Amino acid sequence: MKTQNEALETLLAQDYEHGFVTEIESDTFEAGLNESVVRAISKKKNEPEFMLAWRLKAFEYWQSLKEPHWAHLHYPAIDYQALSYYSAPKTPGQGPKDLSEVDPKLIETYNKLGIPLKEQEWLAGVAVDAVFDSVSVATTFKAKLNEMGILFCSFSDAVQEHPELIQQYLGTVVPYTDNFFAALNAAVFSDGSFVYIPPGVRCPMELSTYFRINAKSTGQFERTLIIADKDAYVSYLEGCTAPQRDENQLHAAVVELVALDRAQIKYSTVQNWYPGDENGLGGIYNFVTKRGECRGPHSKISWTQVETGSAITWKYPSVILKGDHSVGEFYSVALTNHHQQADTGTKMVHLGEYSKSTVISKGISAGKAQNTYRGLVKIAASAKGARNYTQCDSLLMGTECGAHTFPYLESKNNTARVEHEASTSKISEDQLFYLAQRGIGTEDAVSMIVNGFCKAVMKTLPMEFAVEARKLLGLSLEGAIG
Amino acid sequence: MMLIIKDLHVSIGDKAILKGLNLSINPGEVHAIMGPNGSGKSTLANVLAGREDYQITQGSIEYQGLDLTRLSTDERALQGIFMSFQYPVEIPGVSNLYLLKSALNAQRKKQNLPEIDAMDFLNIVREVMKQLQIDETYLYRDVNTGFSGGEKKRNEILQLLLLKPSLCLLDETDSGLDIDALRIVADGINLIRDPKRSIIVITHYQRLLDHVVPDVVHILSAGKMVAEGDRSLVARLEAEGYEPFLEKKTAGAA
Repeated sequence: MKTQNEALETLLAQDYEHGFVTEIESDTFEAGLNESVVRAISKKKNEPEFMLAWRLKAFEYWQSLKEPHWAHLHYPAIDYQALSYYSAPKTPGQGPKDLSEVDPKLIETYNKLGIPLKEQEWLAGVAVDAVFDSVSVATTFKAKLNEMGILFCSFSDAVQEHPELIQQYLGTVVPYTDNFFAALNAAVFSDGSFVYIPPGVRCPMELSTYFRINAKSTGQFERTLIIADKDAYVSYLEGCTAPQRDENQLHAAVVELVALDRAQIKYSTVQNWYPGDENGLGGIYNFVTKRGECRGPHSKISWTQVETGSAITWKYPSVILKGDHSVGEFYSVALTNHHQQADTGTKMVHLGEYSKSTVISKGISAGKAQNTYRGLVKIAASAKGARNYTQCDSLLMGTECGAHTFPYLESKNNTARVEHEASTSKISEDQLFYLAQRGIGTEDAVSMIVNGFCKAVMKTLPMEFAVEARKLLGLSLEGAIG
Repeated sequence: MMLIIKDLHVSIGDKAILKGLNLSINPGEVHAIMGPNGSGKSTLANVLAGREDYQITQGSIEYQGLDLTRLSTDERALQGIFMSFQYPVEIPGVSNLYLLKSALNAQRKKQNLPEIDAMDFLNIVREVMKQLQIDETYLYRDVNTGFSGGEKKRNEILQLLLLKPSLCLLDETDSGLDIDALRIVADGINLIRDPKRSIIVITHYQRLLDHVVPDVVHILSAGKMVAEGDRSLVARLEAEGYEPFLEKKTAGAA
């Protein structure tokens, strides 16, 4: 008879389903990084002077930095000179003006990934910006959103069409001096998404970016900037995949969110970059800086992330709670399997009075994976009556994986209230047996238990994303139960 | 026959628990299995349900003509074997509703039926809940999480009534129940008594058997059946205890 453990191991042998490569002619820079590469990227993008100046300053600063190694991560040194810093699918003349000009192969790629770009086919309610390697290939629903004054376009287009907004906000939440990877990104980022929601406007649909790394030996450095003006609201979704390759690929993105008075930004990520194979060969190195600033009173920023991909994840979506009564939230599911390593968490920096933050982190480790929660709650002297609630739960599958929790707390105001709860549990044989006795096979049972464990986070995801995320959790589980 | 167990020997690790157990059950019969602590009652239920830690070292189990030992736990469940757990496990974050629906749909899939419509399902489950006097909020609570002992047992019977199995294994379903809950649970079990269905009631006490009247009563001791009789055996046990039956075994007369 097939035992539950055997069934579980079969479940483990699942392949990464987005591992295909698109054969497409690309315009790719030679490997290497120096000032002329930075200049060449800026020139390719036809950027105004202020952009180039900013990039060059960032590059100079980056050269003075050393790669950080304080995280609970182990990986061979990255050779920054062996990477190409720009790759774009070749298009005749300028970039595509509309979807009819986009290479059908690209459309097919996104269809394979389940991201239809054809507006008429797209289910109501989601506008998509698709980034393929270094450039944005299509932004849907742009015109319709424009009528409401909402700007949703590729970062490159924003630099051309709204340079004043870029100049005003770029680097104000994550300055190029922030950290090694943020500095690198500032110097060489090639595209990304830009969103501006004008005062009082509630964005009527989910805005979405889909990032896809395709080209070999390239780094992907995209930058996202979202600004919600006074009393605005936007919900933004981000998805990512990459082909299956034996070598590691670098992804170093920056996301900046700005919420003005009473504005709300909800940012959801399903990160499914190629995680490497079961022996730890290949996979994406994901070094991402994501931060939001609640600049105005009563503003709110929520991060929700479901992280199942990447060989290495280094990511701490954070909120600076500057406005009085502002709210920051971080809901995270990080699942690591085989040899994956994740060091992820958040920073909640309370500056405003009565600012409030909630952190719910669910880490799942299987195989030989290492999963670390690292979080900082900082209460400044000015943050009278600030409150934080943090809950970190770890679920272990098997005996060779690890779960680690590093909560940091700094409070300089004695009227603040901070709560922290943590737990570690295992999927038990008893649970699997109970469900099997009700006719539910191991695969479905594990998926049910894991989804139950993550429920508090999953329910914060927008509906269409939640379905995808739930499937992904089931698919990504490879590893044995000890 | 519903179930034929012949000369069953079972161990956990090095420890032999069942040592040559025989049991035959016809469709429609209710068998009670009683016996002192450690005699192997729960082991028998777990082995029939397909728990992994138990090794069958000798003997055979035939269920509806199938060699049961060749089937995995979930396949057995889909073939109509249901165990009401002595200690139902908690599954945080998974709603009772979701579990019930998944279990029912797993069964329907096996029978090549489409997934049940959400409204139809609610109607069926509400009907069953009414019979068991279970509040509807039950559906939206996490499986067994924070349930009292009695609530957990009632939840088991709810699943039993919904899944309509052919062979029901009730492992100390009466423990942890107060008089009223016992009555409700017993009524639930009586509801599913059917000429095509067999029930094994594992219990320490007479009180459940006052409500669910067994056709055959067995006494299990040290891994073997040592006595068999009709319901009058239960009364004898209550009056005399297990002692006379155990002596019979040590005398080698079983």
